[in-house]
Amino acid sequence: MAKPVYSGGRHFQSRLTCITENRWRLTDHSYNANVWNAGMVHMDREQVFHAEGLTKVYPMGDLEVKALRGIDLDLYRGELVVLLGASGSGKSTLLNILGGLDSASSGEAWYCGDSITSASLETLTEFRRRHVGFIFQFYNLIPSLTAQENVAIVTDIAANPMPPLEALKLVGMEARANHFPAQLSGGEQQRVAIARAIAKRPEVLLCDEPTGALDSRTGVVVLQALERVNRELGTTTVVITHNVAVRAMADRVIEMTDGQISSVYVNPDKKTPAEISW
Amino acid sequence: MLALQRKLFRDLWLIRSQVFAIAMVIAAGVGVCIMSLSTWKALELTKDTYYREYRFADVFASLKRAPLGEMQRIRAIDGVRAAQGRVISGANLHIPGFAEPITGLLSSLPQAHELNQLVLRRGRYPDPARSEEVLLSDALADAHRLNPGDQLAAVINGRYRTLRITGIALSPEHVYQIAPGAILPDFKRFGILWMPRRSLERARDMDGAFNDLVVQLSRDADQARVIREIDRLLMPYGGRGAYGREDQLSERFLREEFGQLKTMAYLFPLIFMAVAVFLLNVVIQRLVATQRENIAALKAFGYHDREIFRHYAELVAVIASIGILLGIALGTWLGKGLSNIYMEYYRFPFLLFSLPLDVLLLVCPLALLAALGGSWRAVKGAADLPPAQAMRGELPVDYKASWLEKVGVTRRLRPDTRMVVRYLERQPRRALIAIAGLSLATAIMMVGSFQMDAANFMVHVHFDVTQREDVQLGFTEPVAQKALGSLRNIEGVRYLEGYRSVPVRLRNRQFHERINIQGLQTDAQLQKVLDIEFRELRLPPAGLLLSERLAQNLRVRVGDLLQVEVLEQGQQKVQIPVAAITQQFFGMSAYMNVDALNRVMQEGRTFSGALLQLEPGTEEGVYRELLDMPRVAGIGVRQAMLNSFNDILERSLLTFTFINTILGGVIATGVVYNTARIAFSERARELASLRVLGYRQGEVAYVLLAELGILTLLAIPIGFVIGHHLCAFLASQLQSDLFRVPLVLESRTYAMSALVIVVSSLLSGWYLWEKVRGLDLVEVLKTRE
Ligand SMILES: Nc1ncnc2c1ncn2[C@@H]1O[C@H](COP(=O)(O)OP(=O)(O)O)[C@@H](O)[C@H]1O
Ligand SMILES: [Mg+2]
Repeated sequence: MAKPVYSGGRHFQSRLTCITENRWRLTDHSYNANVWNAGMVHMDREQVFHAEGLTKVYPMGDLEVKALRGIDLDLYRGELVVLLGASGSGKSTLLNILGGLDSASSGEAWYCGDSITSASLETLTEFRRRHVGFIFQFYNLIPSLTAQENVAIVTDIAANPMPPLEALKLVGMEARANHFPAQLSGGEQQRVAIARAIAKRPEVLLCDEPTGALDSRTGVVVLQALERVNRELGTTTVVITHNVAVRAMADRVIEMTDGQISSVYVNPDKKTPAEISW
Repeated sequence: MLALQRKLFRDLWLIRSQVFAIAMVIAAGVGVCIMSLSTWKALELTKDTYYREYRFADVFASLKRAPLGEMQRIRAIDGVRAAQGRVISGANLHIPGFAEPITGLLSSLPQAHELNQLVLRRGRYPDPARSEEVLLSDALADAHRLNPGDQLAAVINGRYRTLRITGIALSPEHVYQIAPGAILPDFKRFGILWMPRRSLERARDMDGAFNDLVVQLSRDADQARVIREIDRLLMPYGGRGAYGREDQLSERFLREEFGQLKTMAYLFPLIFMAVAVFLLNVVIQRLVATQRENIAALKAFGYHDREIFRHYAELVAVIASIGILLGIALGTWLGKGLSNIYMEYYRFPFLLFSLPLDVLLLVCPLALLAALGGSWRAVKGAADLPPAQAMRGELPVDYKASWLEKVGVTRRLRPDTRMVVRYLERQPRRALIAIAGLSLATAIMMVGSFQMDAANFMVHVHFDVTQREDVQLGFTEPVAQKALGSLRNIEGVRYLEGYRSVPVRLRNRQFHERINIQGLQTDAQLQKVLDIEFRELRLPPAGLLLSERLAQNLRVRVGDLLQVEVLEQGQQKVQIPVAAITQQFFGMSAYMNVDALNRVMQEGRTFSGALLQLEPGTEEGVYRELLDMPRVAGIGVRQAMLNSFNDILERSLLTFTFINTILGGVIATGVVYNTARIAFSERARELASLRVLGYRQGEVAYVLLAELGILTLLAIPIGFVIGHHLCAFLASQLQSDLFRVPLVLESRTYAMSALVIVVSSLLSGWYLWEKVRGLDLVEVLKTRE
């Protein structure tokens, strides 16, 4: 296993462009020096997310909880990033801010050159609607809808979705299309949730502990589904997980400690989930 | 169908019992509204049509006697389109097999095309050549099963006559068939007879003359001016003052009663809808809370706030629509039933009932708006939910040390009881909402039976406290005091008192009322006058005593001077000060010391009638003797009035009250049931955990049941206070010239409403018990946290 590379605070200035939806942008971007050093491979790849000095403070009565303490980050098109870190280190907070679900206290984040942090709620909604797929730890399927209908809830409002059944097929759940969440096991529910998230062909897939509520064998099936989507659809994917073995299938592993990025590790030989010993 | 819409209907199905409970409450509100409004509209439309098609007169006047030739001058008055001089006479009727006296009103039969046309129900018109033939009013005929061909006896002008009924008829003049001076109709003891004019003229010695006038006005006539002209023309003939349709006895009663119906049509739905909306808000809030994470997910997928808002607003709209549709069906059905009940009291020849479109167009959108407006907060709360936070599930309850625990009250409690206290204390908002719902339900129940309490109290005060005579009689003409002696000599009369009654018009600036001043003896025993506080009032030697409503209508207070225009004989105009205000529930009255009244009339001690107290068991004989006396115009029997009053109360008011009580009960049960359901769904996980830890079903259920019990016990007294205020409001809204509804709440009413709440709590408790039994431990623990 390759040695993790420590990520320092120096920044390089670079001009990058983004080709999403024919919107060309010329923006000043900074990105992590060590990433650049470690993986020149990223030089020619599109930057999807870019964040500078993100902080998030929750007031808790007299105290303040500093969930994020200055995050600088770049995520590239098509890569699969694993976000590691102890509970409470700020992973979910970061993911929520990137996904336009939450606001940062300071700092800025861009999606393909468009600021997320200064966007209106309305714009953020549109952003999520068009570009982002979410997967949650507790699946969050709507109990009164069948698997297929749970997927449809997203395809109904998407511009260029795949048919719900096709999405279910991608995660191997087409046979259970007409079952209600209560009739599915946790792993099956999570696979439906993945189908739901990918059915609109999002540019990015943000997964917050997708295997957290699953046993490891079921977890593998879910991760396989995620990996397959990432590979076949080229969706930029961020996965928060406690499962250390997952790092083997990632392009990069970012570790968070106490609201900061403590290390970034570029995986030189990416494995498929099947090859990983769990 | 879009997936979100599917979710809508599935959610509705999942909470179907709550949907049903709320829909029933809305249906109750809409139902009462449609019932009352459609009944009211039907009665108004029926009345207007009846009046128009049967040419009901606009102006009325009675007088002593004028030659028919005077009619020329009356018809010549500007604004008079048609006018008829009639002969009207009081009569005592006697129906074979019925011992009690019956008050009759004889009227000359209108010719074709004359005013106040009759509707012939059965039989034929009397033959003008046969003086014994009459038409009889249908109410009396129905009450005694009289048919064309039957006979009855009448004492007219002191002469005993046998009359033959040729037909049964109705008149727009007597839709509300009430004897002059009575407070409620009594179909058994009051009837109208129509005789061909010649026969009646002869019977009353009124050849070529008339003693009653009906006038139809032209479209743009000035009624007040016409009345003044008629008064001027009739003055030499003993005119008693002309008056418009608005003061006509039957019409006035109808107007007041329809007005009350209308008030109820607005008031009850208002109360019911308020509760329904409250319930809706609570349930939707609860639904949103349980779906917090789903809402967060929807938002994460890019659903706009407005789409979420629409989703839950649609949920509300569907529930409301179910309620509204049920309400329309219920209201129409009840409205038809209620109209038919009213038809027994209002003698209309037909009923024009239809579900009025304008009522629907008013009620349905209003109910829908109320539902949406009421649940606005809950729905908006769903739309405004910040997604990142909602994802974390429900916010944990703040675990500060509670003041009850600090004080040390809870230390002595059992652990499970302490748990209940903590639930209530830590989430006071939820407890408050539950208490609010339960107390509103209690209050609503009170409103139903309050009307019965009030009516009973009114009857008690009127018949037991103020009117203490057994028989009241009126003379055909005022008599001198010595004439009372012959009454005193009747076998069975234990005690009697004379009274003077003078028709007057009371006037203060532009406000005026036609009324009879009752002249009472200073030491009157059989007719008491009460002051505002229900204390017996001693008659002052001079000055007028006005009932509260009359004083209000005339805008006078004690000490003010009133202008009194006598509408009898002398036509005096005097100024009399108001000496006191009196309390009375039925109609309006003015009283005076009889001596003072005699002085105003410039007469010696004179009486218009007498109040009698009889030896028990002698009634029938006394009635017979009284009816044979030529000077006795009519007799009123207190017990009979009381009976008919109770009968009417039971059949009309009780029906309405019964419907309201049922609907109130539906609402109460709906609120209690919802409260219990919500309590259960909020605690299901905790309770399942307790069960897993080894608690028994009873112990777990205790936590829920004790909470429901405490909430119910706290809510009932609060409900009593709210109910008291609601009833006070209702009472103030139901005031009319006919009734003053007192705020009387008997302990039975309190007990009844508490009972309904307790019973529905028990039923809901049983439901909780079953739910705890059915608690799926595995399923509850499988899902998160
Ligand atoms: N809404 C909130 N209010 C207060 N503190 C919060 C809130 N959300 C998160 N936190 C705190 O912020 C920190 C980071 O949380 P989170 O991003 O969820 O961590 P992770 O996902 O890495 O476990 C934690 O200490 C958490 O308690
Ligand atoms: Mg987390």
